[in-house]
Amino acid sequence: MILKLTPTAGQPLYVQLMEQIRHATESGALRDGDQLPGIRTLAEDLVISPNTVAKAYSELEHEGLLELRHGAGAFVSLNRRGKLLADQVSQARQRVGRLIGELLDEGLRDDEIRRVFEAELLQAGELARKR
Amino acid sequence: MIPEPVIQTKQLRKSYGKFEAVRGLDLCIEPNRITGFLGANGAGKSTTIKMLLGMIKPTSGGGSVLGRKIDDPKASVDMRRHVAYVSEDKRLYAYMTVEQIIRFTRACYTDWRPDVEQSLLRTYALPLDRKIKALSKGMRTKLALLLALSRRPSLLILDEPGDGLDPCGVEELLESLVAQSSEGTSIFFSSHQIAEVERIADNICILDKGKLIMDSSMDDLRQSYRQITLVFPEVPVEREFQLAGVERIRTSGHQMAVYASGNAEAVVERARNLHATSIDVTPVTLRDIYLQTVRET
Repeated sequence: MILKLTPTAGQPLYVQLMEQIRHATESGALRDGDQLPGIRTLAEDLVISPNTVAKAYSELEHEGLLELRHGAGAFVSLNRRGKLLADQVSQARQRVGRLIGELLDEGLRDDEIRRVFEAELLQAGELARKR
Repeated sequence: MIPEPVIQTKQLRKSYGKFEAVRGLDLCIEPNRITGFLGANGAGKSTTIKMLLGMIKPTSGGGSVLGRKIDDPKASVDMRRHVAYVSEDKRLYAYMTVEQIIRFTRACYTDWRPDVEQSLLRTYALPLDRKIKALSKGMRTKLALLLALSRRPSLLILDEPGDGLDPCGVEELLESLVAQSSEGTSIFFSSHQIAEVERIADNICILDKGKLIMDSSMDDLRQSYRQITLVFPEVPVEREFQLAGVERIRTSGHQMAVYASGNAEAVVERARNLHATSIDVTPVTLRDIYLQTVRET
């Protein structure tokens, strides 16, 4: 598994790590039952605080995507929900792809589209929290 | 249950004549974390660290390290058995050779790890028979690090550990710190290399003119701080954006830049209500946060 974190991004490192591991399971880079590196190994590999890895693993365990076996490490556990999510994400990718295609056809540039997406996401996230 | 802090100070002060180096510092450092201690030259970082280690006496106030009072000489000696320290000047016995000082230090501590010592010796490629006074600055730093990192302390305090190291040396240092942290050592280190601190720190404390002006987790900083650049059809009014969390507003014609320590969503919502034609939200790096915070005070 190849991971790359961005310390200057506006997202906690553990969230970045969670998203990349989730993405790896959605894209098939990680399969059901695959073992992830231990906390210490991954922390040293990425040169980040071990607390960051521990937090990402424990949150993913909470979500049901990882199974932490004491002393043995972390294993991918794709239950039905996980597989459903993978399908949803792949469908979403197609829909967003179509929308971006339309916007590009209408003459908008990549960076303009990106800004619109980010601003809308921020707004939607805020509304969801208020609800 | 809140875990007992590894470092705690209450209204800690140190004056040198009329000059107040540390002015009423309340520190609370959590265990099992990597805490970066930032601040300009002369902000009081080294003075604070020396008071924590019992090397200089506070003018007033007090504190504890690993539960032992810092102004009680007996407790302080006991504390030092569980704390490894790399000083700012990396001063070591100049007349000793590298091998002699390693042997000497090894004999002083019961938590010494020969395997780590050997592996660091290989990584740092230190000349065993050279006298310390003949070492380059970078090599002296590496030797000081080796002497601290070969132990397995409860708490590791480092004052400018990356000073004098080349980029490879800094990377090796960060890897060592991560490895130490994996074994449950709490780490408290001062540094001017903000980009490096940003990579490995769990928490950040910023000291300015002897006062603590920021104490936050890196997660919170990444999540909350935003730079929001806006464009409006009409010339915007700054007053409209004086919301909670907004630290600074700059306007230039139809453009406005809002620097916020939180609540970016509210800024975006307000901008939208005022029919902004462009809304650009970007994260703020630790370097920017540092510069903003230190310059404001």
